[in-house]
Amino acid sequence: MILYLPYAVAVWVFLIGLYGLVTTRNFIHAVLCLSVMQSSTYILLLSIGFRRHAGAPIWSQTTPPGSPSVDPVMHALSLTDIVVGATVMALLLAMTMQVHRKTNSVDPRRARSLQG
Amino acid sequence: MNPYQYVIYALLAIFATVTVLTRDPALQIFPYALYGMLLAISFFILQAPDVTLSELTVGTALIPFLVLVTLAKIRAREAKLKEGKDQG
Amino acid sequence: MTDRARVWVMGLSFVPLAAFLIWGISGLNAFGFYPGPYGDIINAIGDWQRHAWNMATAVNFDYRGFDTMGEEYIMFVSVVGVALILRERELEDKSSRTTLAESERADGVGVLSFVLLPIVVVFGIYMALHGPNTPGGGFQGGAIVGTAFLFAYLGSGHKAFAAIGKTEVVEPLEALGALAYVGIGLVALFLGDEFLTNYLPLGTAGNLWSGGTIWAINIAVLLEIGTGFLLATGEFLKEIQPPE
Repeated sequence: MILYLPYAVAVWVFLIGLYGLVTTRNFIHAVLCLSVMQSSTYILLLSIGFRRHAGAPIWSQTTPPGSPSVDPVMHALSLTDIVVGATVMALLLAMTMQVHRKTNSVDPRRARSLQG
Repeated sequence: MNPYQYVIYALLAIFATVTVLTRDPALQIFPYALYGMLLAISFFILQAPDVTLSELTVGTALIPFLVLVTLAKIRAREAKLKEGKDQG
Repeated sequence: MTDRARVWVMGLSFVPLAAFLIWGISGLNAFGFYPGPYGDIINAIGDWQRHAWNMATAVNFDYRGFDTMGEEYIMFVSVVGVALILRERELEDKSSRTTLAESERADGVGVLSFVLLPIVVVFGIYMALHGPNTPGGGFQGGAIVGTAFLFAYLGSGHKAFAAIGKTEVVEPLEALGALAYVGIGLVALFLGDEFLTNYLPLGTAGNLWSGGTIWAINIAVLLEIGTGFLLATGEFLKEIQPPE
């Protein structure tokens, strides 16, 4: 049972980020909670690809090809997503500034109708 | 599982909770940057150096900077509106 | 829907969602016992098939190069969106624009930033170029280069940053980076193969220019990500520029 702790941590982080996103009073707090939810998927992917007593999937003079290593496909999926997710957060923050310019508040309960 | 992995996973869960439960965005940046650093360390423990490098730059330097610029702009605008309202 | 109703709906739907997720993760293998074939296949064939030593970079730019192209275009579109939204400030007249007075910076901070900026940019380029052999690659190096230009703003204020990140120079470079990725794939079509086939000479593993098109796509991604971050942070910083 303790061997399933990493997956349980990923599920917990996802759910607590979702709770923060639903009960938020500030758009910037919502953006950071969304980022926390995204990071839970990285934890899940990398924990699935892990193998005990294995090294990184990088060969060199001391670790010739064929040494035991973890799954490289999960690494490839995660590292592009982290950098691209940061740019999407930048887009969301720019939209927050736009909402403030139009309605003078960053409260999601105020910005109801779609304008501007 | 060696003890490093237990400790780092427990810390990840705790810091994610702290980040979400801090409602004021100006205060939320600090636990978020710490969470980013803990994520980078946990990726390193999971034998993934590529992902560590990505997360370090983005989670500790770029996102807190963008959030601070947004907060500065919003505060400057609110101060200007208040000043306009007091005068007019 | 009132706030209390929304919180109740969320609370009631969390329980089935949590139960579903826990049922899902109970079907996985225990932590540390990775079973699946794909990772082992790539680890076994990556070296002799592509002469590359960094398996994650080989997967990113060669075996799953099409997905990485899609991700890079998400980045491109987000940067375009940031520029589109924030450039509305150009339409406002100058007197009603919100400005923020700049605080005094100590001389030591300016000197340190002036010294550190080229060092960190060169470090980012080094990390990106060594993608096929060591941990690194276009995405990591591009993130480092794009964030390094903030040293100019931290050390010397907005004027120095505006002098470095001129949009007339940076925007064509970003477009060139995005175009180069597709261009490298299209050349493979003209040579008679499928899109994004590896057609350059593979070189010896461990060398800097190894892996065929892997190092070429690496450089294109470095250019795109570095200039993309520079553009996005430049637009954000123009929002809080000091009054003239």
